[in-house]
Amino acid sequence: MASILRFRKLCYLEPVKCSSLGFGSFETPKVDRKCENVASAVEEVSEKSKKKKKRQPKEWRCIDYCCWIIGYLCTTWLLLLFLYHCLPANLPGLRVPEPPGARLKREGLTALHPVVLVPGIVTGGLELWEGRPCAEGLFRQRLWGGSFTEIFKRPLCWLEHLSLHNETGLDPPGIRVRAVPGLVAADYFAPGYFVWAVLIENLARIGYEGKNMYMAAYDWRLSFQNTEIRDQALSKLKSKIELMYVTNGSKKVVVVPHSMGVIYFLHFLKWVESPPPMGGGGGPGWCAKHIKAIMNIGPAFLGVPKTVSNMLSAEAKDIAVIRAVAPGILNSKFLRLQTLEHVMRVCRTWDSIISLLPKGGETVWGNLDWSPEEEHDCDSAKKMFLQPTLNENNTNHSDEKRRFQVKESMKYGRIISFGKEASELPSSQLPTLGSEEFKRTRSSSNFDTSCGEVWTEYDEMSRESIRKVAENKAYTARSLIDLLRFVAPKMMQRTEAHFSHGIAENLGDPKYTHYKYWSNPLETKLPDAPDMEIYCLYGVGIPTERSYVYKLSPSDKCKSIPFQIDSSADGSEGGCLKGGVYFVDGDESVPVLSAGFMCAKGWRGRTRFNPSGIATYIREHQHKPPASLLEGRGLESGAHVDILGNVALIEDVLRVAAGATGAELGGDRIYSDIIKMSERINIRL
Amino acid sequence: MSTLKRRKGSETKRVSNSEPPIDKEHEKREKERDEKQKKSKQEGDENKKRNLKKWSCVDSCCWFIGFICSIWWFLLFLYNAMPASFPQYVTEAITGPLPDPPGVKLHKEGLKAKHPVVFVPGIVTGGLELWEGHQCAEGLFRKRLWGGTFGEVYKRPLCWVEHMSLDNETGLDPSGVRIRPVSGLVAADYFAAGYFVWAVLIANLARIGYEEKNMYMAAYDWRISFQNTEVRDQTLSRIKSNIELMVATSGGRKVVVMPHSMGVLYFLHFMKWVEAPAPMGGGGGSDWCAKHIKAVMNIGGPFLGVPKAVTGLFSAEAKDIAVARAMAPGVLDMDVFGFQTFQHVMRMTRTWDSTMSMVPKGGDTIWGGLDWSPEEDYKCNKKIKSNDSQTVSQNGKGSADDAKCANYGRIISFGKDVAEVHSSKIEMVDFRGAVKGSNLANMTCRDVWTEYHDMGVGGINAIADYKVYTAGSILDLLHFVAPKTMKRGGAHFSYGIADNLDDQKYEHYKYWSNPLETKLPNAPNMEIFSLYGVGIPTERAYVYKLSPAAGCSIPFQIDTSADGGLGCTCLKDGVFSVDGDETVPVLSAGFMSAKGWRGKTRFNPSGIRTYIREYNHAPPANFLEGRGTQSGAHVDIMGNFALIEDIIRVAAGSTGDDLGGDRVYSDIFKWSEKIKLQL
Repeated sequence: MASILRFRKLCYLEPVKCSSLGFGSFETPKVDRKCENVASAVEEVSEKSKKKKKRQPKEWRCIDYCCWIIGYLCTTWLLLLFLYHCLPANLPGLRVPEPPGARLKREGLTALHPVVLVPGIVTGGLELWEGRPCAEGLFRQRLWGGSFTEIFKRPLCWLEHLSLHNETGLDPPGIRVRAVPGLVAADYFAPGYFVWAVLIENLARIGYEGKNMYMAAYDWRLSFQNTEIRDQALSKLKSKIELMYVTNGSKKVVVVPHSMGVIYFLHFLKWVESPPPMGGGGGPGWCAKHIKAIMNIGPAFLGVPKTVSNMLSAEAKDIAVIRAVAPGILNSKFLRLQTLEHVMRVCRTWDSIISLLPKGGETVWGNLDWSPEEEHDCDSAKKMFLQPTLNENNTNHSDEKRRFQVKESMKYGRIISFGKEASELPSSQLPTLGSEEFKRTRSSSNFDTSCGEVWTEYDEMSRESIRKVAENKAYTARSLIDLLRFVAPKMMQRTEAHFSHGIAENLGDPKYTHYKYWSNPLETKLPDAPDMEIYCLYGVGIPTERSYVYKLSPSDKCKSIPFQIDSSADGSEGGCLKGGVYFVDGDESVPVLSAGFMCAKGWRGRTRFNPSGIATYIREHQHKPPASLLEGRGLESGAHVDILGNVALIEDVLRVAAGATGAELGGDRIYSDIIKMSERINIRL
Repeated sequence: MSTLKRRKGSETKRVSNSEPPIDKEHEKREKERDEKQKKSKQEGDENKKRNLKKWSCVDSCCWFIGFICSIWWFLLFLYNAMPASFPQYVTEAITGPLPDPPGVKLHKEGLKAKHPVVFVPGIVTGGLELWEGHQCAEGLFRKRLWGGTFGEVYKRPLCWVEHMSLDNETGLDPSGVRIRPVSGLVAADYFAAGYFVWAVLIANLARIGYEEKNMYMAAYDWRISFQNTEVRDQTLSRIKSNIELMVATSGGRKVVVMPHSMGVLYFLHFMKWVEAPAPMGGGGGSDWCAKHIKAVMNIGGPFLGVPKAVTGLFSAEAKDIAVARAMAPGVLDMDVFGFQTFQHVMRMTRTWDSTMSMVPKGGDTIWGGLDWSPEEDYKCNKKIKSNDSQTVSQNGKGSADDAKCANYGRIISFGKDVAEVHSSKIEMVDFRGAVKGSNLANMTCRDVWTEYHDMGVGGINAIADYKVYTAGSILDLLHFVAPKTMKRGGAHFSYGIADNLDDQKYEHYKYWSNPLETKLPNAPNMEIFSLYGVGIPTERAYVYKLSPAAGCSIPFQIDTSADGGLGCTCLKDGVFSVDGDETVPVLSAGFMSAKGWRGKTRFNPSGIRTYIREYNHAPPANFLEGRGTQSGAHVDIMGNFALIEDIIRVAAGSTGDDLGGDRVYSDIFKWSEKIKLQL
């Protein structure tokens, strides 16, 4: 205010005074100079004020430019947004292909059987019900799924809340993180990244809605039996299925599990028919009465090799989506904390991961010298990938190729090998180490506190024992379990009460009534439900991780995990080894063997795993990448999660839900070598 | 300014010209300065021009928007960076330390989750989402049409109204449209963003250990009649199955049910349904309630209906039943869209059968006749006093004036004088036989269809001539003005008082939601609570007038010019108000617990204990408190700390006696005494 007054004084009073002075007494230059000073000051001021009046700043200052640019961008953006909203939903030029639901509705399909969706690991949302002070304001907000903003805002707090208790595998004291219920649990994983949404929408088109569609959301971090103990998730699922069965006119349900949900539902099948204290007490006829079909999508029946690398070094690619969400941040250490170690620590409290370890040992996954997929031709997979129409031609040449391939066949059986040579040498040249050896090498812990609060079990192991482990060079599916017992003793101890990874000798043995065997298809019998149908729907044509070349990491023990994938190990051009990983055919996460074997052989016909002869069908979906950007994640994708948007798969699900049987769909549809691979596996049926 | 400068320049020139020899130096300097001046002037001009070119209006706008955006982002950033407990610090700094939320307090006392809880939301508050729609609703699949942001109301209002309406004949979905209730706790935790309904209660229950597995929101489609929720969505079966599951998984502990508003009637219906035999009922057997329910805690329950529902049906003018109006009163009152919004709203709400469940029940016996009403000695200004001194006003008798002017029994009267004179002086012309006359509309009203157009002038005048309507004749009135709605509703709801409850006909579902025509289940260990707010003037009776506009508009409207003045403060803007929670009068919320079910009566043969817990309304002390922690308003009471504490205690195992039995501020017992009902 004062400055303005001074301005006015300068502008209006001084000039007058000065001019009068100029008229009267300009003899003295002193006065004149003074006057001149005043005059120039006046000029300046007047110029300034003039500019002010015209709203003209002296020059474009940086800040003005910034403001201008921001304003410009904002305006354009708003305009575009507005235009976008004004846009009619379907532009004439932009033809959206008709969704399968709409097509099938015109064919006359309507909702018949209630549908139960069982999400897999990672895809289900988790929300906070009770937390530590650092998580204030997050009550009933999603910690997992959604936008993941809390990772960036308070990463340590977030990790702390997602961890489970190290001893019990249940909630740590004072923290309750629970699964989001309802269809919203897993329709979208993150905004715009659909999981079940497309399938739900198509089901809705033929008449499904909340009353005949149910998402069996569960806390995917817990072991399966613990979801019942803590949340009564299995009881809830049972009650929902019974309710839907009753309210929909005694129509059996069609269950659609995905990924780990497949083995979760396998567990449920056994649980529901088992007697009460351990099971649901539904009685032996429950499944036959309530379930029409199980349509396993991307089933991980026999586990996935990825889990091993995740356990060993937190390096799996999409099991630990945390990394995928923010790979840069997790790899760099800009938060000044050992991110990977943190991730590993958190993951190792999640019992459910163990359910995905390869099952069936060397019989299924191959030993040091042999594996069922050894003839896999990575090149041909790529060719098929490029020109699926030439499929038939390829098979003509396959004999020729096989002969060539056998020479340098991949030793997939060695799921972990230390060093590239170890993965290629014949087994006779490999040093062997019994499992007793592990016990001896586990030295007394020389754990020092210098590693701060980041606790991974590696800190408790001495350097020598780690080197010993590496000297054992190659691990198969069987010795792998010993390796894991060695590097992650607490976790394995906890989880071996919940999961088993062997093959049953005698399924009649009473020990197999224990729940730890229920999620392993090789150690349980399917329920007595001859009218039920089991489908294996999965994608093929994408290179999928099968075995790894490891190396010891060079850094000292406190800084990092002692093992890492040797990404320098590369095979020949077009080979299966790339970046330290051997690939086979699969859907990017689950190898064909794991997804298809049970349907192709283990349960086919009347076997000891399938005493009532439930019909099984394999429906493979050849992967085709999206043709254009507009297709998003593709209508014909075969990738593990994207397959839920695959038109052909959706059509299969819809037809079965509307009452079709497997035979009506056309029975098996196979692109991969699954039948041949299965034949090579010698398993007593 | 520029002129001033120019003059000054010329002046100095003149000076230098007129007296050249005086000082050469001076002259030189003078010239120099002149030149400088000119130059700078030129520069300035150029500058000005250039700047002018640059600083066009668009640029200024851009600058301005950019400025706003930057500040906005900056503030947003600050807001996000702010620790979550910051607002609490501020509040505490201003008002002193806040009391612990009841959940925290009781957790410290050692209370733990015990009985599973079931929430039953009321009308309007539950979210509805789209499962199948017409072309115009593309892209809205599984998006909320009701609840949330209501964005679609503005974007495509006609489409929205079309989808929200039900079929006029069946009261179910119109063909090609499927709108379904949102399920889970999210259905009614927040009605719109930031406007809590159940969220505060849920958060407090979570503090003592509740979570998804022992909390269940019985969301239902609140637009359709209660029995239709079962017919269409099997909602009642679902509630039954969920309660059974929760009881089984929590070790046989019975559930505590908390219905709110219309949910109270819905749950009453459920209790009858679940024990009724299979085709019509749930087939749970006669001891289902006794086995599964520990307590029913009715929050703001309109057991006997609300007078508001009448005006809602009659002229779409109720205040919050049709929340659509509350959301955008300005928009709805004007005809901005070029169509008759009111009529659209009316047409839509008349397809909602559930609104009919809240028409006043019990007729003249409960709600009063022409010259009598149970609340007649209520003093309206008492409310103001009552906040300070509750006990004084209890004794105070209503003055003669008040008693005369407020004839609450006359729920609708045409004209203020009619509302006040004695009944013998009113000339009533029976409207029931009136000829409805020819169609007024003549298709000029386009697609806006309300049943008034079928009535014609004759019918409308006949209604106005009848002058005064009590709770009993209101039903005839509604039958007359909204025949289709009432015909549909009549099959689902009943509003009378049963003479003989053992009559065979009372086994029909249409009586199940009327507490005066059903017996409570045989569950002597169950407890029934009536929790409601008092101390807010609540609509009870209306003064109507014929609306002047002809043609397409609704022919009646509330006469907002009718004011009681000083002598009769209960009448304001054409509405007589009594004590209540802003929506439900005390009489409706409390009568059943105070008298109808108290002890062993014919409505309560097993003698289920009832408790009344009233909460005196205290408006939020300041802006920071939001909607208040001591509110008694119909929805805001869900954030009332005292109510939450009561609920948590019961959920953790307390009985009504542990809570302290009745807690009454209003005259409910006195009023109940006046109602002569055979018990």
